Amino acid sequence: MGFEVLLKGNNMLRLLGGLGVALYISLISVAISIVLGIILGALMTLKNPVINAFSRVYLEIVRIMPQMVLLFIVYFGATKVLGINLSAELSSVIVFSFWGTAEMSDLVRGALSGIDTIQYESSAALGMNTVQTYFYVIIPQIIRRLIPLSINLITRMIKTTSLVMMIGIVEVLKVGQQIIEANRKSSPNAAFGVFATIFLLYFLACYPISLLSKYLEKKWEN
Amino acid sequence: MEEILKVNGLSKKFDDLPVLDNLSLSVKKGEVVVIVGPSGCGKSTFLRCLNGLEDIDEGEVLLGEEKVNPNKKNLSRTRERIGMVFQSYDLFPHRTILQNITLAPIKVKKRKKAEVEEEAIKLLDRVGLLSKKDSYPRQLSGGQKQRVAIVRALIMHPEVLLLDEITAALDPEMVREVLDVVLSLAKEGRTMLIVTHEMAFAKAVADRVIFLENGKIVEEGSPEEFFDNPQTDRLKRFLKTFSYEK
Repeated sequence: MGFEVLLKGNNMLRLLGGLGVALYISLISVAISIVLGIILGALMTLKNPVINAFSRVYLEIVRIMPQMVLLFIVYFGATKVLGINLSAELSSVIVFSFWGTAEMSDLVRGALSGIDTIQYESSAALGMNTVQTYFYVIIPQIIRRLIPLSINLITRMIKTTSLVMMIGIVEVLKVGQQIIEANRKSSPNAAFGVFATIFLLYFLACYPISLLSKYLEKKWEN
Repeated sequence: MEEILKVNGLSKKFDDLPVLDNLSLSVKKGEVVVIVGPSGCGKSTFLRCLNGLEDIDEGEVLLGEEKVNPNKKNLSRTRERIGMVFQSYDLFPHRTILQNITLAPIKVKKRKKAEVEEEAIKLLDRVGLLSKKDSYPRQLSGGQKQRVAIVRALIMHPEVLLLDEITAALDPEMVREVLDVVLSLAKEGRTMLIVTHEMAFAKAVADRVIFLENGKIVEEGSPEEFFDNPQTDRLKRFLKTFSYEK
């Protein structure tokens, strides 16, 4: 079935290392996306025409552009045009954060505008000042809405990191290909075994996260 | 009796539309004033001006000696002295009933948690909702939520309580349980300003009833005079819309 190649040498370890690279890139990108997304999302609720125009164009670009094109633009384009030499890892973090920030800001904007005015007013009527209102009433509600959605974004990022091998990053899928290539003669069926294992690895990485988001969503439904 | 709330020449416009037109009113301590009037007459806006939720164009609102002014920094301190319950359910959905009630006294008034909880439990028991103290707002009926909202306002020990159509969004069967709570508050001498569409309730609870239209007081009087012997034609017509004859 081709699973035996994984037992050769340190092949399984290399595969896990590849998964590590994928997780590393996606988690850093998610962290950046959450911070920038919250800032941009909050700015979007101010209804400033300049910010709104900017965010609309930005969100539309992210929606239309395949991530792979963005990766190529940043990795190959930036080097040529701007003369800066970005590493493949940095390029992918930039692209994934660019994408994640857009998604996150839209989620934050939705969560913020989904909170009824009466929540602000009844807090005010109880003598709370603006800081107390946000701290005790508004932000806890926003976090409850956002966490399940941002967890969902993490799993999508982990999946999409499979693209970064296109700019030469040796992540789990690339390691898998290398293993298959190296053992083409001795184990012609390696492709099935290796890719099935990679499937399982992605599943093991994403499923618990997705379960957590379902659990939190259920726990916090209002 | 001591005057607790005084409104002098209050005017307010939404864009160019006048909502409140040179309105003056004085409320004594322990008095229950009920404000009635057609939709859009400015009743709710009037209540909201009293605790600074709306800006005022002209005039002033005085709570005791203190001026309620939305631009002043100490507005949230003034609001501690004025309780308000709204028409729509305004409980905090992420907190239990007990936490909803104790949040403001603990965080705003900096009172001790144990002492606040003890008082909250007493108040919840009084409105018949002690068993719900650890529930979340979504698990309560509309009438139960409004009773909690009243308790949440009461625990701040407000000098004046504003009730803005608190039964308007309720199923008819739940109106009673909420209004009974308000009646018992009136009996113990709470100062309240109540906006309502429940005329029978207004008659039972009020010391004074005010008919508001186009941001002006058209008529006011004791509930007996007001309902049984209205003076203006406008009020007569308004009251007729609540009675049915075959």
